[in-house]
This record gives sequence, C-alpha cells and structure tokens, in this order.
Amino acid sequence: MNTTYPSQASAPAGQSAPRLRPSRVVVYGALIIAAIFFLIPVYMVLVTSFKSIDQVSISTMWNLPTAFTLESFSRAINRLLPNFINSVLLVVPATALSAMLGSINGYVLSKWTFRGANVIFPLMLFGMFIPYQAILIPLVQFLQSAGLYGGIPGLILVHVVYGIPITTLIFRNYYAEVPTEMLEAGRVDGAGFFRLYWDILLPLSLPGFVVVIIWQFTQIWNEFLFGVTLTGTGQQPITVALQNLAGSQIVEWNVQMAGALMTALPTLAVYILLGRYFIRGLLAGSIKG
Amino acid sequence: MDSGLTRDRLIAILMLLPSIILVAIFVYGFIAWTGYTSLTDSNALQQLSGLPAQFIGLKNYNDLFTGGLNLRFRMDMVNTVFFTIMFILVCLAVGMGLAILLDQKIKGEAVFRTIFLFPMALSFVVTGVVWKWLFNPTSGFNVLPTIIGLPAGGFRWFISEERWWPFAWQDVPLILSIIFLGIVIFAALWYWSKRRSQAAALLTALALLLLAWITFGSPRSLSGLNPERPEQHGFNVALIAVVIAAGWQMSGYTMAMYLAGLRGISEELREAARVDGCNELGVYRHVVFPLLAPITLSAMIILGHISLKIFDLVYTIGGGDNLYIDMPGINMFFTTFRSNQFGQGAAIAMLMLIMVAVVIIPYLASQLRSETKL
Repeated sequence: MNTTYPSQASAPAGQSAPRLRPSRVVVYGALIIAAIFFLIPVYMVLVTSFKSIDQVSISTMWNLPTAFTLESFSRAINRLLPNFINSVLLVVPATALSAMLGSINGYVLSKWTFRGANVIFPLMLFGMFIPYQAILIPLVQFLQSAGLYGGIPGLILVHVVYGIPITTLIFRNYYAEVPTEMLEAGRVDGAGFFRLYWDILLPLSLPGFVVVIIWQFTQIWNEFLFGVTLTGTGQQPITVALQNLAGSQIVEWNVQMAGALMTALPTLAVYILLGRYFIRGLLAGSIKG
Repeated sequence: MDSGLTRDRLIAILMLLPSIILVAIFVYGFIAWTGYTSLTDSNALQQLSGLPAQFIGLKNYNDLFTGGLNLRFRMDMVNTVFFTIMFILVCLAVGMGLAILLDQKIKGEAVFRTIFLFPMALSFVVTGVVWKWLFNPTSGFNVLPTIIGLPAGGFRWFISEERWWPFAWQDVPLILSIIFLGIVIFAALWYWSKRRSQAAALLTALALLLLAWITFGSPRSLSGLNPERPEQHGFNVALIAVVIAAGWQMSGYTMAMYLAGLRGISEELREAARVDGCNELGVYRHVVFPLLAPITLSAMIILGHISLKIFDLVYTIGGGDNLYIDMPGINMFFTTFRSNQFGQGAAIAMLMLIMVAVVIIPYLASQLRSETKL
C-alpha cells in the first residue's frame, strides 16, 4: 500500500517537470534569496519586540521568543506616544497645505504659463535637491525671531515651504495630461481662472492628490533633520524621539525594536494599501520618471 | 491657452506669487545668508556679546581643508567619496539585477516588488535603529555562522577602526591631478579614435601641461599642514555597514526606476532582435541595456545627491561621534548647533551645497531641456 502513494503523487509532478527549466529555478532562487535578505530586518524587529527584556540576550538574538509578551510595546507606547501625536499634528496640516499649494501652482504652471515661467520653474525645482544644512542657520534665526522656533507650527511652515517644489512638480506633470481643450471649452462658456479650476480640473485631480498626499505624508513623517534642529523637548516628532530612545544609556533592544515598528507603521500601512500611488510619487522625484 | 496678459492670466500669476516669494526667500535668500555667514567668524560668544561678526574671507574654508583642528572634516570628505561610490554601485547592481529578474514573467511578481520596495517607505531613523542592532559585533550577523556550527564572525561592522588603501591628506592634490590627468588622456584618445583631431590636440596639450605640473610643480604640499607629518586617511571599513543599510533601503527605488524602463521596452522590439538572431542574452546586450542607459544616469544622480546629503542614517547608526563613518552633514550639525561655530558650520553647509549643485544642476537642465523638445 505504501508503494502506491508515491507513484500517484509523482505523476502530476512528472507532468509539470518539463516546464521547470533550469533557468527558471535560478531566477526564482535568486528572487527568494533576495527577498529573504530584504526581510531579515523585519524578522529581527518582530522577534525582538515580542521578547521581554530578560529574554533579549545577545546569544539568542536570532531565536524566536520563548514566551510572547507585549511588555516592550507598552513601554514603547509609554515613551513614544506623545511624539507619535506630535507627528500626527505635524503631518496632517502640513500635508494638506502642501497639497493645496501644489495643486494651484501646478495648475498655473501647466495651463497658464507665462513669460519667465521656464526660468522660475527650474529655480523652484532646485529647492528640492539642496542639502537643508545650507539653509538651516538662517532658518533657525528666522524662526526664533518669528517666535515659531521649537514648536510644531514652525515645523509645519518649514515642511510646507520646502514641499513646494515636489508638490508643484507632481501636479504640473499631472495637469499637463489633462487636455487643454477641456479648459478652452469652459472659457468659451465664460468661466474664469477659479471656475475652470473648481469645475473642470479639481474633479479630475483625485489621483494627483493621492500621489502628493502620500508622498508628503511619508516624507514629513520620516523626516529627521528639521525635527531635531527646530523642535524642543516635548514637541519633537517621533523620528527624533526614536533616535533619542536608541541613543539612551540603557539599551533596551526590545523597546527600541517596538519603537521602530511603531514609527514605521503609519507609512508602512500607506505603502501596503496604496503602493501604486506611492511608486508614482517616488518616480516623480526623479523629475520625469 | 491664449497668450497675452488677460485678467485671468494676471490672477494666475498672483496665485503663484506666494510660492515664488517663499522659495525665493527660504531657498535662495537663506543660501545667500548662509554663504555670507560662512565668510564670518560668527559664533556663540560673538552673538552673546552683541557685536557684529567679523568678516574673515575664506578663512573658514581654508581651515576646513588645511587647519590642524579640522581633521574631522577631512575624514568626512574622504568618507563621502568612498561611501558615494560604493552606495551607487550597490544600488545600481542590486536594483538592475532585481528588475531584470522581475521582468522574467514571474509568478507573484507583485509580492516580490512589495518586499523589495517597502524599505523606501521607512524613515532612515528606523533603518538605522534596526540595522544597528543587526550589526552589533557581539550578536547580529556575526553569530549567524554559529547556527550551522561555524565560528562566529569577527568583523566589527560600524565600529571597526580598520582602514584600507591608506594615503596622506597632503597627497590629495597630487592624487586628484593624477586622476584628472587619466581622464584627460582617456578623452584625448577617444577623440583621436573619432578622428576629431582639433579637440584631441587640445586635450593632449592639456595632458602635457598637467604632466609637467605634476612632475615639476608642487601639488604635493598643502600650506598649513605640516608636510613632515602626513595626515593619514583611507577607506574606513566601518562604512561597509552603512553601505549595506543604505543599499537595503534604496535598492528597491533603483529597481522601480529600472522596472519602469523595462516595461517601456515593447515586446515587438525584443522580438525583432530575436528574429535578427539574438539569443536572450543578446537581446539584453543590444536592445535592453542601451535603452536603460539614461535611467542608469538618472539613478546615479538621484542616489549620488542622496549620499552626499546623508545625515539621519549615519546619525542613528553612529550616534554622531563615530568619526569612522562620519559625514559632512553630521559635522555641520554638530559644529553649528553643539559647538556653536556658526561660521564654520555654514562653510561646511556651503561645501555640501556646492557638491550637490555640481551633480544636480546639469541634470535639471538636461531633464527640462528634453521636456521642452517633446
């Protein structure tokens, strides 16, 4: 009886065998090895963050936790929740404002081009490539004199301003695809600048807004340099708080990993749910994509 | 739409105006301000005393390159060069490899793509925290071999103090001139082979001049640094850890760029090459790679400007005081906001800006020119 099973089982395998050419094995093998490498940090975050502090020993770093515990998450939430809220309070208005500004700018630069626009636009775009260190000293002094230094409102202003180039670029390229004839038709009916925008362009803008909102949300959430230089204690966004946690004297690796997961979760969720739009924003960052 | 200054066009310009003014002030105005600060001795004491900062010309820049106290900046420059080269090579190789693999009509392609690209959604701070744990010399990757019974690895990753390819800072002008000479000779030979003798003759003359300068001139010593005591630099092996972490984060981006390019190559074009007698490798050599060349250039520039600016990843991994992986962006931050040497910090910032501008401005110009042609 035992002998019949293998022969039955091997029959379908034998039929499909010719399809599995050696080169396919190599291709899939390489992809799987690459995927494992990319997932190593994920594995490490998960196994470490579900361990309790006395389980986190160096010799068993790669092992699965012997007992699952949420202790490190509750500690990470304790430490990082205020900063998580700061980041939300920062990201939501900053993203909304940049998206609106970018939409208007893109509309002007794609449908109402004027003499000099082809000089202004590249000058604007350069602003998204500069190392922000080059504007940081005056920025601090400006925010100090404006009374905005150290808090979230100042950080919102900074992210909106330095978000202008990329949001304008994405909307300009997006609106360039909308046939100008549609707007011309509206103009014949007597619609002006705002009516054309409101009635014709805006209803078509949803995908553009999704790309820009995802992009700005991710960028601002993940940002560190402005956060660490422009905010004081208690006002810091989560990336700064996570770095402080990692730099503290007592190294609680399980709490750090839970904190890393907590910091990563919002942008990761956006990426997994809306990956298509995320990639579009990513490629727009290389100008033409 | 119609040209001429109609009322609507005026409204359009007025709507754009706030953004133009903001960028003009926050980008260009502030850069000019930083540029001016870099020419002064502005620092905390001077600001407290209420006196205006002294204008000291290029002294800050001079100090950075040759001052006895600025070894850190010179380590940063060496690190930046090595890091940028390795980071670009890793991302291009991994990115292109993954893109080609995914282009083979893979089952579950979307899953693989998601896995390779998800690090892009993370903050460099998250990446830094996690990889720091993985690179822990007494745990992390070093203990992996013990799982299959091998001895543990001894590489100290980001805290390694090992240094390869040593050279003295005093020799940097000499090294740079020799590299430049090599490029000029190569270009001259290329023009000779293309029978463009005028350009070739010009380049040959330049090469001879350079050679004469290298042999008889004095690019050997830098004023300010004692020629008797060579300042040792080299490739700091600790950077390998940063390259791996940064490559892990950014290779997926390169892959996405290549994949977009590969998807733009029509099946007919590949089929035509096959009809002409190309095998699959030939199709890649003669059709795919030439069409991907412009993407490679774009990717190199995007990756290059990221690595020249890199800050958060290294700050998180190294904590800001590990000079073996230090970068100009971190040095600027500490010089300015911890040591309160604003003039010096501004000079580092301006040098970073210049490095990025050299890479980005030609790229922007070419991108926008090719756009207007369409």
